[in-house]
Formats: sequence, structure tokens, C-alpha cells
Amino acid sequence: MTELLDFLRSPWPWYVGGPLIGLTVPLLLWLGNKSFGISSNLRHACAILLPERVRPGFFRYDWRRERWNLVFAGGLILGGFVAGALLADPEPARLSAAGAQSIRDLGVELRPGLVPAELTDLGSPGVWLLLALSGLLVGFGTRYGGGCTSGHAITGLSTLQAPSLIATVSFFVGGILSANFLLPLFMAVIR
Amino acid sequence: MTSAPNISGVHPQSTSTTRAATGLLAYLLAGLYFGAVLVKSEAASWYRIQEMFRFEAFHMFGLIGSAVLTGMVTTMLLRRSGLKSRDGQTIQVTAKDKGWRRYVFGGLTFGVGWGLAGVCPGPIFVLLGAGVWPILIVLAFALLGTYLYGVLKDRLPH
Repeated sequence: MTELLDFLRSPWPWYVGGPLIGLTVPLLLWLGNKSFGISSNLRHACAILLPERVRPGFFRYDWRRERWNLVFAGGLILGGFVAGALLADPEPARLSAAGAQSIRDLGVELRPGLVPAELTDLGSPGVWLLLALSGLLVGFGTRYGGGCTSGHAITGLSTLQAPSLIATVSFFVGGILSANFLLPLFMAVIR
Repeated sequence: MTSAPNISGVHPQSTSTTRAATGLLAYLLAGLYFGAVLVKSEAASWYRIQEMFRFEAFHMFGLIGSAVLTGMVTTMLLRRSGLKSRDGQTIQVTAKDKGWRRYVFGGLTFGVGWGLAGVCPGPIFVLLGAGVWPILIVLAFALLGTYLYGVLKDRLPH
């Protein structure tokens, strides 16, 4: 019994997780010809939340037709609860030696969990700024770019779409720049 | 076909509502599946994202690479098989809009946000489920960012 629990709590190697992620593309096509993408939910949420009078044209559409995606996002929350709370990995992520060293250099301790305590400590105004700025860029950028990691990197590349290749390369250029240069600056201030 | 007489209190309306609800349940389960996989494969881990952007481990590259390869092969097989979708439609992939400007500028903007807090939209929801409440700040500002795009859309190069 404890062995089973240990197994369920252990993380999966990439060659198990990757194919299971990829299967989401044909699964959603079969379920109802849906192109898999999560960031559209941010648009649906805006369409739902904004009062009629102040709603820009971009949010004037029938979001009810996209209910499936909101329900899918609800499923993500459940999945996060089951795998990330009930069956949380009791060990820290098994990073490479270089990865672990970089984390320490940022002033972050490698502990169990998905996000380090240093980045979720709301007692620090710098953390608020980091989370807010990141959210703002993610929300603006995903709509401007027409998708996120799921919509472009997974679905778009899987279905051989050139725009998604451009988008995915751009995601990585942006991510490499911010993780290597912007985040260390932020962390130096936060610490 | 003429519509069947409405007998024994079964409204056509209510059967289609039931069908819609079971249809939505399938998406809930698909989301649960995907969310659990994101956690177990550590794709929702801030640590792994940082490791990826510094090229310090193969894990995330193997994860994304094998996901794309699997999606590519299985989607091709699904379309070639001639199998219809659950509701009887021909399987078809929606094409992304042509162009490059929005993908470069929007993609860079999202990428910088992704590298900064290490979360993209999927993990925002997954982390909420896992009880990482501060992610609500990311979510709130992601909604604000989406709204700002809606306001500025016509003035941006696409």
C-alpha cells in the first residue's frame, strides 16, 4: 500500500509524460474537433466579467460556444488538486547539478513543491511585483500571439503550422532572456 | 421528418441538455487528465522551467519534443483513419492565421512573462488546484493583460 502511494507520488520521466501530453491533441479533436489551447480561457473570462457597456469589440462574441474550454480549465484545477495536493511529490524536483546550482545562485532553496516559497512569499512587495508583471505579460502576450505553450508549442507544432513555429521560437527567446537576465535582477532586489 | 409528438413528459429540450452536460463532463475529465500529467511530468514545476531556460537539463526538452512528436503522429493517424469525431463530424484542424508580426511580438511578450514567474496559462490553473494561492495574482494580472490587448488590438501590428 505504501509502495503504491510512493509510486503515485513519484514524478514521471519525460518519455512517459511527453507522449501523454501529446495525446491531448487527438483526444480533443476526437471529443469535438477542438483545437487544444488554454490561454483562450483568459479571453472568455474577460468576456464574461466585463459589463456590456465597457466591453471592447474583442470580447463581444458568444463565449457560451466555448464553454468546453472553461470546463477544461476547471478540470486542470481538479488535476492540480489530485496530483499536486493529494499526491504531492514529497521530494524536491530532481534537478541536474547545474540546475540546482543556478537555483541556489538565485537565492532560492530547493524544496518539495511546484513553486518555491521565495516566489510566493506575499510579505515581500517584490514578489507581488514579480507575479503581477509576469501575469500581465502572459495575458497580453498570449492574446497578441494567439496562443500559449499548449496552443502553439503542442497543438500548433503537432499539426505542422508555420505560425506556431514562429510563436514557439519567440516564446523561447523571450523566456531565455527573462530567466537568465531579468529574473536574477528581480531576485537580487527581493532578497 | 415531422417532429415527434411530445408525450410522457420527455421534452426534446431536456435530452439535448443532458447530452450537452455529458459532453462537457468529457472535457472536465480531459482537463483533469492533462492537469495531472502536467504535475507528474513536472512541466508545472517552476524549478524545471528555470532549468530549461538555462539549458541545464534535457528533461523539459524531451518532454516537449516527445509531446509534439506524439501529437503529430497520432493526429495524422486519426485523420488518415477516417474516424469521425464523437459527434459524427470529420476531424479537421483549425488553421492559425497567417502572418508573423503578432507571433514574434506576442510570442516574445509571453515568453518574457513565462520566464519571469515560470508559469504559463496551463500551470496557472494547475497550481491553483495544488493550493499555490499567490498564483491568483498572476491570474488577475493575466486577465488585465488580456483586457489591455483587447483595448489596444487595432493599434498593434499583426
